[in-house]
Amino acid sequence: MSTTTDATQVEATVYKSLETFGAEPTAIKREATFEELDVDSLDLAELSQIVEDEYGVKFNSSDVENLKTVGDAVDFIVQRA
Amino acid sequence: MSTLAEARPTKAQTRPTDAVVVVTGAARGIGAASAHALAEDGWNVAVVHRSGGDVAAALADQIVEGGGRATSISADLRNPDDLDRVFAEAEALGPVLGLVNNAGVRADNLALSISDDEWDLVLDTNLSAAFRLTRRAMRSMLRARFGRIVNVASVVGPRANPGQANYAASKAGLIGMTKTVAAEVARKGVTVNAVAPGFIATDMTKDLSPQVLEAVPARRAGQPHEVAACVRFLASDAAAYVTGTTLYVDGGMSA
Repeated sequence: MSTTTDATQVEATVYKSLETFGAEPTAIKREATFEELDVDSLDLAELSQIVEDEYGVKFNSSDVENLKTVGDAVDFIVQRA
Repeated sequence: MSTLAEARPTKAQTRPTDAVVVVTGAARGIGAASAHALAEDGWNVAVVHRSGGDVAAALADQIVEGGGRATSISADLRNPDDLDRVFAEAEALGPVLGLVNNAGVRADNLALSISDDEWDLVLDTNLSAAFRLTRRAMRSMLRARFGRIVNVASVVGPRANPGQANYAASKAGLIGMTKTVAAEVARKGVTVNAVAPGFIATDMTKDLSPQVLEAVPARRAGQPHEVAACVRFLASDAAAYVTGTTLYVDGGMSA
C-alpha cells in the first residue's frame, strides 16, 4: 500500500486516534512529536492495536521507540501495510 | 491557580447499555453468583465454563428469562485459541467492557511433593489465563474509555496456607497483576480490582473440615452471593474511582 490516497487514510486514522487520546487537535501535524502532544507509551500501545486491526501492521516495542513524530508513525504504517 | 476539583475534569463514566461482561468459571459457585448479580445490574453476561455445559446454559437461560441478555460459552482457558473464540462469541452480545477472572483450580500438595504438572495446571489456569483474558479485554475497554476488570483472588496468597504453594502463588500473582495493570490504565476509565474470598461454601471448599472456621472471626463460611455483591459493586459505575485494590470477603480472617 503506497498510494497517496492510502497514506491519506493512514494519516486520518492516526490523527483521529491521537485526538481520542486527548491531544490538542490543532497541534496534531506530521512534525509534532508524541512528547509535545502528551501522547505516552500506553497511548502508543493503543495506537498500535488500532493500526494492527485496521491495516494488519504490527509494531513491536523497538519499532515504537523509534517513532518520535506523527509523521514517523504514518510513514512506518504506510511502508509496512 | 486551578483547584484540585478543576484539574483534569472528566465527564462521568457510565457503562454503555449494550456492555458485556465475561465471567469465567461461571457455571457454579462464586462465578455463577457473580453472573446473576451482574445481570441484575444490567450487564449482558457471557457465562464461560469448561465443563459445566448444562448448568451454564441453564444459568444463561435464567438470565434471559429474567429480561437480561446472556450466552454460555464452553472454553478451556489454558488454550490460547479458545480465548479468541470466547471474545468472538461474547461480542455477539455487545462490546466486552467487563471481565471477571474467576476460573480457578486447586491441586494441593506440600511444596516438596508438588509435581510440575500440578504447578503448571494451577498457574496456567488461575494466573496466565487471567492475564491473557485481561490483555484481550483491554482492547475494547480502552477504546470505549470504560472498563471493569475484577480478579477473584483469595486470602491464600497474601497469607500462608500449607499445602497450597501453587494456589497461593497464583492468587498472590493475581493481586500483583491487578495493582500494576490498574496503574497502567487508570486514566483511560478502566478499573482493575480484586476480591479476596476466604472460606466460601462452594464445590471448591466442600472437602474442607469445619475446623477451618475457627480461624474465621465470623465463625461461618461465606456464601457465593456475598462475594458476588462485592464483584457487582466493583463492576459498577459507582466504583469508578476504586482501582488497584483488593477487597477481602473473608468474615474478618485477614483483619
